[in-house]
Amino acid sequence: MSNTDIERPRPEAEVSAGEALLVEPSRLSPTRRALTTVLRSRELSIFLVLVAVVVLATTKNNGFIFSNDGWRNFLLNPSILLLLAVGQAVVIITRNVDLSVGSVMALTAYLTGRLFIEMPDIPIVVVLAACLLVGAVLGLVNGVLVAYGGVPALVITLGTLYIYRGIMLTWAGSDRINAGDLPREFLQLGTRSVLGIPLLTIMALVVLAIVGYYLYTARGGRELYAIGSDPDAAVLYGLPVRRRLLAAFVLSGALAGLAGALYTARYGTVSSSVGLGIELQAVAAAVIGGVAIFGGSGTVWGAAIGAFLLVTINRALPSLGIEDFWQRAVVGALILGAIVLDRVLARRQARKLAESRDHS
Amino acid sequence: MSASNAAAPVLELRDVSKSFGPVVALRSGSLRVEAGSIHALVGENGAGKSTLVKVVAGVHRRDSGTFELGGEAVDFSSTAESKKSGVAVIYQEPTLFPDLSVTENIFMGRQILARGRRIDRPAMYAEAERLFDRLGVRIDPRRPAEGLSIADQQIIEIAKAISLDARLLVMDEPTAALSGVEVDRLFAVARSLRDEGRALVFISHRFDEVFDLADTVTVMRDGSYIDTLTIADTTPSELVSLMVGREVDELFPKVAAEIGEPVLQVRGLNRAGVFHDIDLEVRAGEIVGLAGLVGAGRSEVARAVFGVDAYDSGSVSVSGKPVKGNDPRSAIRAGMAFIPEDRRKQGLVVDSSVTRNVAGVIRRRIAKAGLLTTSMENRAAGPWAGRLEVKTSALDMNAATMSGGNQQKVVIAKWLATDPKLLIIDEPTRGIDVGTKAEVHRLLSELAGQGLAILMISSELPEVLGMADRVVVLCEGRVTAELDRADATPEAVMHAATHHLEDVR
Repeated sequence: MSNTDIERPRPEAEVSAGEALLVEPSRLSPTRRALTTVLRSRELSIFLVLVAVVVLATTKNNGFIFSNDGWRNFLLNPSILLLLAVGQAVVIITRNVDLSVGSVMALTAYLTGRLFIEMPDIPIVVVLAACLLVGAVLGLVNGVLVAYGGVPALVITLGTLYIYRGIMLTWAGSDRINAGDLPREFLQLGTRSVLGIPLLTIMALVVLAIVGYYLYTARGGRELYAIGSDPDAAVLYGLPVRRRLLAAFVLSGALAGLAGALYTARYGTVSSSVGLGIELQAVAAAVIGGVAIFGGSGTVWGAAIGAFLLVTINRALPSLGIEDFWQRAVVGALILGAIVLDRVLARRQARKLAESRDHS
Repeated sequence: MSASNAAAPVLELRDVSKSFGPVVALRSGSLRVEAGSIHALVGENGAGKSTLVKVVAGVHRRDSGTFELGGEAVDFSSTAESKKSGVAVIYQEPTLFPDLSVTENIFMGRQILARGRRIDRPAMYAEAERLFDRLGVRIDPRRPAEGLSIADQQIIEIAKAISLDARLLVMDEPTAALSGVEVDRLFAVARSLRDEGRALVFISHRFDEVFDLADTVTVMRDGSYIDTLTIADTTPSELVSLMVGREVDELFPKVAAEIGEPVLQVRGLNRAGVFHDIDLEVRAGEIVGLAGLVGAGRSEVARAVFGVDAYDSGSVSVSGKPVKGNDPRSAIRAGMAFIPEDRRKQGLVVDSSVTRNVAGVIRRRIAKAGLLTTSMENRAAGPWAGRLEVKTSALDMNAATMSGGNQQKVVIAKWLATDPKLLIIDEPTRGIDVGTKAEVHRLLSELAGQGLAILMISSELPEVLGMADRVVVLCEGRVTAELDRADATPEAVMHAATHHLEDVR
């Protein structure tokens, strides 16, 4: 995928930067090491795909990005999926999955509308906090069942997907929330821009930055990777495995809760079908972005770019004149491609690492 | 803490027991380790040493008995608690995170922090390099743990334990995969830790190491404490008789068998980074022992021969007919049977009955019109289980609840039902209590007597020497010696298992 993988002829004695990065990264100078890491990263290659899609769509239709609407849609549309993908990535890194995020989002989206209808004067911050809290509690339920029940997350969150959706349907009945029910300031949250960047996007990026920073620099973040890399070893290391799993699911739930509130702000209407199937898009974004489905590797940065790519492709394909069926097929091909690429790269890496033993 | 209780031993265990369901892993373990001493713990496999270690480490919680650390009673329910109390443990099998860097593996859970509780990576790399220097190895602290050889993984484990700055360091067979030079360095570090006043527990099967390093030794047998001796006052033969508690010969009832035509022929088998130029021959009625250190590639060769893993070049044939690579079904058709190391995971459907397990591999032969009934299965499985004296009250007993020895017999029965010409068996008696061990040995020996060719992989030197007609020694993925029964002494095998390493370095 990335052009750095092409085998260049090289003198026998010298190892390529890529190989050295694998076996003896310390032999490279810090700048060269950083450069090679970035060049070989999944995040860069998927970012390049995103750029290619945007360029292609823009040559066809100038307004795709160079119009007020185009630019705004480019940034605004992926924001909600981005929040979900960040939470999903954190859960997948621990070798779990959270399929309930779509239902959590639907619940808090409806909750937002309900709150404004019942208490028209309620401050927006309180609503956002309430959604975060409800999402966190729903995530905690998932986390407790997974961490203490010892049942695979796939099964647990598939169950809560239906349960949470059921709660929302029972609560809402045939009710729907319309823009007229919501205060104007709240709806502006979904449309306002600061320096040409929509407020929702800024919020999503701030969340992304905090989570990404935490995962890279905090003990808790690294422990999530360790747990996903080898859960049994994590127990032997004495890591607080259950607490970390709980935290991952709470984060995923809370972000889904926030996404629900932002969804209402963005679209103004909430029906019973809000967020149907979006959990799979979140998983897809993470996987396309290089988060290994078996845990232990990947970054939220990748997941975020993956979210952008998914949404942008869906918007670009119609303007490129591609039929509906093929639009879906392209997304499917992207996911399969990402997973196949993962396997191929992992096997190549394992083989290289094993071969390096022969020479040492 | 240790100052206030200077007189108390660092670790004291009395009559500690631990059972897993019906299996008693530790009957009555006792151990008393003083500060500033290296205490060896010896015993056969299955004597309960590793279980004792895991109780100390907080992996398992003891069922009964007392457990004191520095004179204070403790009761660990997690490894985090034991770490906090100053206990570092090197487990028998390395437990690393393959996706993370070597340095992250060493410091996981207690990373060096800079301002604002952020991880200080440069400091960690520097500290890791310092640790590797002290151990005298060259491992890049930034590389991922994936792809490290078993020896290097063991080094990482050791670095991890040393960096903990523990008052009690427990090493469960740390040298099993190490070469001579690496062992010397490890011992130098262990002695310096002892001189700092720390207590060390050292588990090893190699008596030369025990006598070289330790000052006190505790012997265990069948899950119980036997005796504690001062190294200076004992001899290897005394330890052996304490460990075994019976005549050694009786353990390996070798039946002389008539050696026939070659059954398995392996020529020039290669797999990059794993094994190289493997030539092997096993004849009918012959037991060939495959010996070597942990990580020498024995299991990998066996898996490649059976077709579970692919190989790059070379050939495998059974009775002169070539067998396709990377295709276990064609290996089975050619008459091979393979009993893997981890029988619970790979050899047995543990949640299924004995009958199901035995009948499973031959279901195609016993099924009528593609259908299988319980009575058909019982008819087919009965004779095999009976012949092997599997002690289960009924054939429908769940395999999960059986002892290791009986499970192993079920696995053997399962494969015998396919009427193989060659049996490959990896660690036939791992995790099996001593009494049943002899039964497994007798069974293998009888099978060879009936003309079956057997390729046996074993880490237990006495088992290899006692059972095998011929011993093939692997070292770092190469055959370094092929010894006849008469020439196969412990010294010759150990030399071949380590000498390739020393020639190169």
